[in-house]
Amino acid sequence: MKPAPFDYHAPTSLADAVALLARLDGDGCDAKILAGGQSLMPMLAMRVARPDALVDLARVPGLDAIRLQDGHIAIGAMASKRAAELSELVREKQPLFHAATRLVGHQQIRNRGSVGGSFAHSDPASEYPAVALVLDMQMVAADPDGERVIPADEFFVTYMTTALEPGEILTEVRMPVLPTGSGWAIQEITRRNGDLALAGVALTLRLEAGRCTDARIAAFGVDATAVRLTAAEEALRGAVPNGESFARAGATAAAALADPMSCIHASADYRRHLVGTLIERALAEAAARAH
Amino acid sequence: MSTRQTIRLTVNGKSYEREVEARLTLADFLRHELHLGGTHVGCEHGICGACTILIDGRSARACLTLAVQADGADIITVEGLRNRETGQLHPIQQAFVDAHGLQCGFCTPGFIMTTLELLGENPDPSDEEIKEALGGNLCRCTGYQSILDSVRLAARRLQSASAA
Ligand SMILES: Cc1cc2nc3c(=O)[nH]c(=O)nc-3n(C[C@H](O)[C@H](O)[C@H](O)COP(=O)(O)OP(=O)(O)OC[C@H]3O[C@@H](n4cnc5c(N)ncnc54)[C@H](O)[C@@H]3O)c2cc1C
Ligand code: FES
Ligand code: FES
Repeated sequence: MKPAPFDYHAPTSLADAVALLARLDGDGCDAKILAGGQSLMPMLAMRVARPDALVDLARVPGLDAIRLQDGHIAIGAMASKRAAELSELVREKQPLFHAATRLVGHQQIRNRGSVGGSFAHSDPASEYPAVALVLDMQMVAADPDGERVIPADEFFVTYMTTALEPGEILTEVRMPVLPTGSGWAIQEITRRNGDLALAGVALTLRLEAGRCTDARIAAFGVDATAVRLTAAEEALRGAVPNGESFARAGATAAAALADPMSCIHASADYRRHLVGTLIERALAEAAARAH
Repeated sequence: MSTRQTIRLTVNGKSYEREVEARLTLADFLRHELHLGGTHVGCEHGICGACTILIDGRSARACLTLAVQADGADIITVEGLRNRETGQLHPIQQAFVDAHGLQCGFCTPGFIMTTLELLGENPDPSDEEIKEALGGNLCRCTGYQSILDSVRLAARRLQSASAA
C-alpha cells in the first residue's frame, strides 16, 4: 500500500505548470496533476495509478480565489472544499453548492481536497457533478494555447473520465447565482456520514402562481457519471406542487433509470428505489424554500 | 527534479530539514524519520482517521499527504499536545483518560486531533456537531459512546478554564 516511485514537480506559476505538463507529455512521460491528493493518494497507494511524475498545483498562486464575477460565482480549482464551505458568498448566493460541499467527505478531507479535484476526478458517487448539471456550471481549462470553457453537460464523459485533455489544467468552475424564488435541495444516502453516496439527488425548483414552472434534477451514485433526470423534470412542468406530484416525479425518475449500478452495498433495485424516494423528499424540501 | 526532495517543516514547534523520497507519505515521514509513533496508520487510504494530524492548524490525513507537500508547513501531532514545561497532558488528552475514551488506544490520537480542531473552532458543540466532526474517525473497539463523553468533558473543562 505504498506508491511506486515518481518524480515530483511543484511549479510556481500557471504558465510554468502548463508548459511543464506539455514538456513531460512530449517526452513520453505519464504525468499526473496533484491537487489535494485526497483521491489521487489512495489510487497511488493501491497502484491503480502509477504515473512517472506528479505536478503539484499547490504552489501556483491565484488558483484558490472565490469571487463574484459578471453575475456568476467563480471558484478557483485549488480552493479547498473547506474554503468553499466557509465562503459567505457561496452560502448566500449559491446555497445548493454550499450544501453539496458540506456532504463531501469529512472535514479532514475537505480541508485538503480541492474543489477542482472533485470535478476532474469525477467520481460517479460525487455530489459535485450532479450539482454542476443542475446548475449548468461551466468549467475553465487551460493549456499552453490558452483557455477554453466547457459546459457541464459536455464535461462529464463517463466513469472518472472528463472532457479534459491530457495536459489540460482545470483552473476554475463557474456557477450562476441562484435566482430568487428558486428552491433547491440535495439529499443522499451514505453508509457513514461523509462517505461517498450509495445514491443521491440534487435539484432546483421554480414555482409561479401555485404551479411548478421549472425543475432541474440530477442523480449521483447510480450510473457511470451524474445523470440529468429529464423525464421527472417534464412530469413536474405545470404540476401543482404537492405530495402527489412529487411522488409521481420520483416514480417517473426511478422508472427512467436505465441500468443503475449494483455493488455489494446496494443492488440496482435498491438504488432505483432510493432515487425515487430521495427525489420525492428533495422536492418537498425545495418547494418549502421556493418563495 | 527527481524522486528525492529536500523539505523544511516545523513539527510540534521544532524545525526539521530532511531529504525525502517524493513518494513518502507524511504519516511514514513522521513515524519513521522523526520517530513520532503517535500518528497511527490504519487503512492508508483516508477512511479510518487514525493518522489525523493538524497541518497549518487544519485537520488532515497524514496518509493522504506526501511529505513533500508539507514543505514549509507547521505540523502538530499528538506528541505536541502535552505541556512541555509541566509535562501535563493536554485537557483533551486528560478528558479521554478520565471518560474512558481510550480502549486499545490505536484510534485515540486521530480522535484527539479531530477534537482539537473542533473545540478550537466551536468551544461548545452540540452532540450532533460532535458526531459530525468525529464521523471521519473509526474506532475498531467501537467505543464511540465514551469517546463522545470524552469530547463533551474536554469541552466543559476547556470552557471553564477559559472562563476562569
Ligand atoms: C474518506 C473519504 C471520503 C470522501 N468522500 C467524498 C464524498 O462524499 N464526495 C465526494 O465527491 N468526494 C469524496 N471524497 C473524495 C474527495 O472529495 C477528493 O478530495 C476529491 O475527489 C479530489 O480532490 P483533490 O483535490 O484531493 O484531488 P486529487 O486527489 O489531487 O486529484 C484527483 C484527480 O483529479 C486530477 N486533478 C486534480 N486537480 C486537477 C486540475 N486542477 N486540473 C486537472 N486535473 C486535476 C488529478 O490528476 C487526479 O487524477 C472522499 C475522499 C476520502 C478519502
Ligand atoms: S491511515 Fe490515514 S485515514 Fe486510515
Ligand atoms: S480504542 Fe481501539 S481502535 Fe479505538
